[in-house]
Parts: sequence; structure tokens; C-alpha cells
Amino acid sequence: MYEEMVTARYYEERLQEEYLEGKQPAFDISAGPIPGELHLAAGQEASAAGVCAHLRDTDTVTAPHRPHHVAISKGVDLKRMTAEIFGRETGLSKGKGGHMHLYDPDMNFACSGIIAQGCPPAVGAALAAKKRNTDDVAVAFLGEGAISQGGFLESLNLAAVQDLPVVFVIEDNDWAISMPKARVTDVEDGSRRAGGFDVRGERIDSDDAVAVYEAAETAVGRARDGNGPTLLEVQVHRRMGHFMGDPEAYRSDADVEAAQERDSIERLADRLREHGVEGDDLEEIRERAHDRVDEAIEWAKEQPQPDPEDAYEDVFTDALEGWPERPERELAATDGGER
Amino acid sequence: MAQADVPDPDAAGRELTMSRAMVEAIAHEMNESRDVFVMGEDVADYGGIFDSTQGLLEEFGHDRVMDVPISETGFIGAGLGAAMQGMRPIVELMFADFFGVAMDQIYNNMAKTAYMSGGSVSAPMVLMTAVGGTYNDAAQHSQTLYGTFAHLPGMKVVVPSTAYDAKGLMHAAIRDDDPVVYMFHKRLMGLAWMPAPEGPKTGVPEEPYEIPFGEADVKREGDDTTIVTLGLHVHRALEAAADLADDGIDAEVIDLRTLVPLDTETVLESVQKTGRLVVVDEDYRSYGVSGELIARATEGALEDLEAVERVTAPDTPVPYARPLEEEFQPSAADIVAAVESVRE
Ligand SMILES: Cc1ncc(C[n+]2csc(CCOP(=O)(O)OP(=O)(O)O)c2C)c(N)n1
Repeated sequence: MYEEMVTARYYEERLQEEYLEGKQPAFDISAGPIPGELHLAAGQEASAAGVCAHLRDTDTVTAPHRPHHVAISKGVDLKRMTAEIFGRETGLSKGKGGHMHLYDPDMNFACSGIIAQGCPPAVGAALAAKKRNTDDVAVAFLGEGAISQGGFLESLNLAAVQDLPVVFVIEDNDWAISMPKARVTDVEDGSRRAGGFDVRGERIDSDDAVAVYEAAETAVGRARDGNGPTLLEVQVHRRMGHFMGDPEAYRSDADVEAAQERDSIERLADRLREHGVEGDDLEEIRERAHDRVDEAIEWAKEQPQPDPEDAYEDVFTDALEGWPERPERELAATDGGER
Repeated sequence: MAQADVPDPDAAGRELTMSRAMVEAIAHEMNESRDVFVMGEDVADYGGIFDSTQGLLEEFGHDRVMDVPISETGFIGAGLGAAMQGMRPIVELMFADFFGVAMDQIYNNMAKTAYMSGGSVSAPMVLMTAVGGTYNDAAQHSQTLYGTFAHLPGMKVVVPSTAYDAKGLMHAAIRDDDPVVYMFHKRLMGLAWMPAPEGPKTGVPEEPYEIPFGEADVKREGDDTTIVTLGLHVHRALEAAADLADDGIDAEVIDLRTLVPLDTETVLESVQKTGRLVVVDEDYRSYGVSGELIARATEGALEDLEAVERVTAPDTPVPYARPLEEEFQPSAADIVAAVESVRE
């Protein structure tokens, strides 16, 4: 868990550096080596690491628009994921998906940039597991801003009535872009929504990876044993803006500082030291994680750009004749008109 | 079609970005009537991700500039309900791509209220959203989707390309008794972090004025080929027309400004003059705006037409990587090539 968390944090720090290259001093979203928007998850590592520690490759995870820490904890190929984020040909989606749309079928991992829309497919993966009589489970991650969304609530209900092996994990980072949680919901404990569907719900009030690990152990175990869904809510923190370049004018400095101070990684390191893990061992883990990240980023940056013509491929599994139609310059002349 | 009596943009004595112009119209209408209010995600404290509501919170407070939870079915439907009570809500959903989760409220409720009630109930709301790519935000954040909304009957669809039009169309949209979908291109808004091309920042009169729906704007007169387009691609078409002019080709550029109602007359008049039509659209190629315009041109001016072509996004989702999105996006060079090819 510690290694995953350190990897995720350092990965995001490095991505931030790369992303801002060429975008400074004046921020222009279409400049620099990383295309598009970038949503970083620094401060949210504990929930992903604590939950995914119980998952196998064959278990399914769906992540929202802020996916890197979840992907790393699930074991998504770091190099190919990084190449995807840089928009390269050898990326997970050949440069077509981008950072909000990471798909790794080997790890049964997928994302959606549309809020809460990863929940229904997670329910579907659980349904498949049940129909096929495997003991695989599915986990859907979502933000606390997403808990008012129909897609989530419908999924919770469906999972409940079908007794499906799903765990929903709400990562409560207090903010939905500029909306503080208090204005999203009148119920502070998001996991209480489970009660309305007769599903078990639990809130982990701190971003203590060990507490998440323990709660997830029960939840995932329950799902695997055929005892239905669980809704977990984990208090995490948003250390940065909603996306890179977000000026956060709506957020007080004190709130940002408070988020920076609560460091789940340091907390876990303390915990490990208390339990007799040597400082050197932690340092070794950290170095290994950093090397792996640096290597992935270097590798990704050396990868070729996709061929523009590839834009037309993969719309369908078997290319349809003439579809998608390329905008070729053909004359569509009529026989009328003398000019 | 005769241009309506509207104030002169060049005499305005000041220039605004498109977002400032939109906000000015909204603020004016909010001051005129307490029935006008704004509701959406990040419209208050953030001022709209694309600055579409910047500064309104300070002037009107949270009661009239309402941030709402991420529950589009709920708040778009609630906007409709308030409109059915005679209020005039402006509801924003930041990206057109996100409408899917609330589509039922849009096309089964909002758009059909007037018809299903036999005209006894109307829905005077504005549904405002950002469209378009050019900044590599991939398949779920870059769609243009003009055709989707224009295809479904019951909503007017407005697509400004300049600050001047953005203000006049916004006034008209808020005052309109029907639901209006107001689709602005992110790249035109004048955002610090997404530089606009030359063109959308224009003179904007201080006083309120309406640009009537269904009046296309002939942005450049020419005799050789008619280029019909809207939104961002008005500016790309003008760039192409300037390049073509260097080679002695005199293209006419028409900015549709509204898709519903559609100013067929201006398009037909132009095509009757030039004999050649190029339609440019950032939306998907098939079953959309480009096909519709070509159909209307063939219905109305078949004998005059020598050649038609369309320059559109292909029928693929919007790709992420830069070389792929560049290939996907209709460029000024593509427009030049299309005009040259219809003249062969
Ligand atoms: C259906 C839909 N509506 C709106 C958005 C725009 N949007 C993207 S992220 C976001 C806030 C999400 O907040 P939360 O779920 O708390 O996740 P966080 O960003 O805090 O991780 C919004 C409103 C979207 N992507 N999809």
C-alpha cells in the first residue's frame, strides 16, 4: 500500500511538472507536452491503495475523471498509461482516449469523464461475474460531488436488488470543482445513502490507509462471498486545483493549507515505523517507486506520436466499409446548372 | 433576408470578448426582471468554467445565481418547471457532452411542452452550454453536437460566433417564449487559458439589442463559391476566404447564427449567385447540419448548383492526441481545398 501511494503521489508531481512545461508563464491549455485537461489526485491515494489492496487482476475497477491513483493501485501498466497521457501511439488507447479515458483490459480497468457514469458498468461487471459463477468483484470509484447523480443511485439500487458483488467507493475530497460538499448534500455522511437501499454503508472519516484497508477487506470479502454490495465513503483531500490551471479563487488559503497538512502518506509511514519498519526500508520503497515513475515518463516521452490517419480507426471493432467516411474531397456535382 | 434594425458594432466605441458580451446581456435581463435567474454547475463562485457567468454572483448573489449539485436531470428539469411557471431561467451545463445524463428532461419534456400542451404551456428557458474541441480534451469533452439539438423539434438553437452576436442573441434568447439552446464555442470566449482566433472580439454596444433568430449574417461577400458555416468555423472560413482571395477566388462566407430557425433564404440567394456550395461544420458528418444544408440547397436551388461539398468532422469520436485531433478538426486549409475542388 505504501509503495502504491508513494508511486501515485510522485507520479502526479512529475506529471504536473511535465504538464506545465510550455504552459508557463501564460497558461495555454493547448501548449506543452501533455494534451488536454489534467485532473490530479494528490491527497487521495489512501482510498485507492486501501481498497485495491484486496483486488485481483480479474476484479473490475471503474474510475472517474481523476483516475491515476486508482489505476496505479489496480496495477494498470504504468508505461502504457503514461504514453496514453502523453497522447502517444503506444499508449493504452493509442492516444485516442487520454487521461480521463484509460482502459486496461488486462487489469479490468476503465474510466469515464462523465460524472458517476462508471457506476453502471461496474454493476454490469458484477452481474457478469454472478452469471458466470466466478467470485470476481467490481469496484466503482466516484467523488462526493457525484453522489447526487442518477447513475450512481440507480446503480446502488440495482446492485442491491440483484445482490451483486459491487463495492462503491466515494472519495470525499470536500470539493466538486467550486462546490463545497455542504452545498451538494445536506447529509454529511455520504455512505448513509446506502441505508435507503438497504445496502451496508460505512464512512472512514480520515484518510488513514489502514482504516480504509480494514473497511475494504470486509466490503470486498462480503462481495466475494456473494453477500451483496457495500457503499464506502472515505475522507480524502484535494491538495491542488480541480484541474491543472484552476486558479481556485473560490477556495480559501486556509482550506488549501489544511489539505496540504493532512498527508496520508506521512501518516502511513509513521504507522509503519511504529510497527518496526526501518526508515531505510521506507526509503528504499520510495526510491524504487520514483525510479519506476521516472522510467515510465521517460519511456512515454520517447514513444512516437500517432499517425493522423489512425483517427479514423477503431470506431467499430470490424471496420465498416466506408465508415467512418473520410472527408475526402470528392465532387458531388449535380447535372443542373450552367455557369 | 433583410438585416434587422440593430445598432452598429463598429460605432460601439469599445470591444468585448464573447464571454463579457454574453454576461452583459444576462445581467441586463436579470436587472429588468426578477423572473430571470441563472442555475448550473460552478456558475456562481467559479463564474462558469468558460467565464459565461463571470461576475454575476457579485452583482446578484447566490439566490439568483445558483450553484447546483451535479444532478442534471434534476436541475435541468427544475429549470423547465420554473419556466412553466412563467419564470425565465438560464440553465447552464458546462459541456454539451454532458447532456446525455439529462436528455429526457431536454427532448421529452422541455422541447415538447408547447406541443404536447396544444400550445397552452410554454417553456421560456435558455439552456446554455459550451461546445467544440481544439484543445485536446478528447471524446467526452469536445463534441459539437449542433445536429443533435437541431434535429429534435421544439427548441431553438443558437450558435454565436462574435461578441456582438453573442450579446444580441442572448437578449433574444432570454426574451423568447420557447426553450432556446445557446451553444457557444469554448475557443471563442476570450479565455486567458485558451486563446481565441482573431475575430470573435468585436465592438459591442452598451445598450441592449436583439439579434433576431433566423437571420444569417453574410460575413464576406463573394461571387465564386458560397461557404456556409457557424461558430468557430466562421473564423476559419474567413481565413480560408482570405487565402483564396490571394489566388483570385472570391468566396462568400455565411454565418448561420441560428440553426433553428434556419435562414434558408440567405443560403439559397447566395447559392443562386455563386453556383457552388461548401458547408463547414465541426459536428459529425453524417445525419447532421451539413447534410441538412445541402438538402435545402438542392431542394431550393437545384438548377443553380454546379457542385457541393462538405467539410466536417468525420464520423468518429473526438480523439485525444494532438495529431489525431488536428486530423479530425476541419481546418482553414481543408476549407480552401474544398472550395478549390468545387471550382474544378
Ligand atoms: C454528467 C457530468 N456533469 C458535469 C461534469 C463536470 N464535472 C467534472 S468533474 C466535476 C466535479 C466532480 O466532483 P467530485 O465528484 O466530487 O469529484 P472530484 O473532482 O472532487 O474528484 C464536474 C461537475 C461531468 N464531467 N459530467
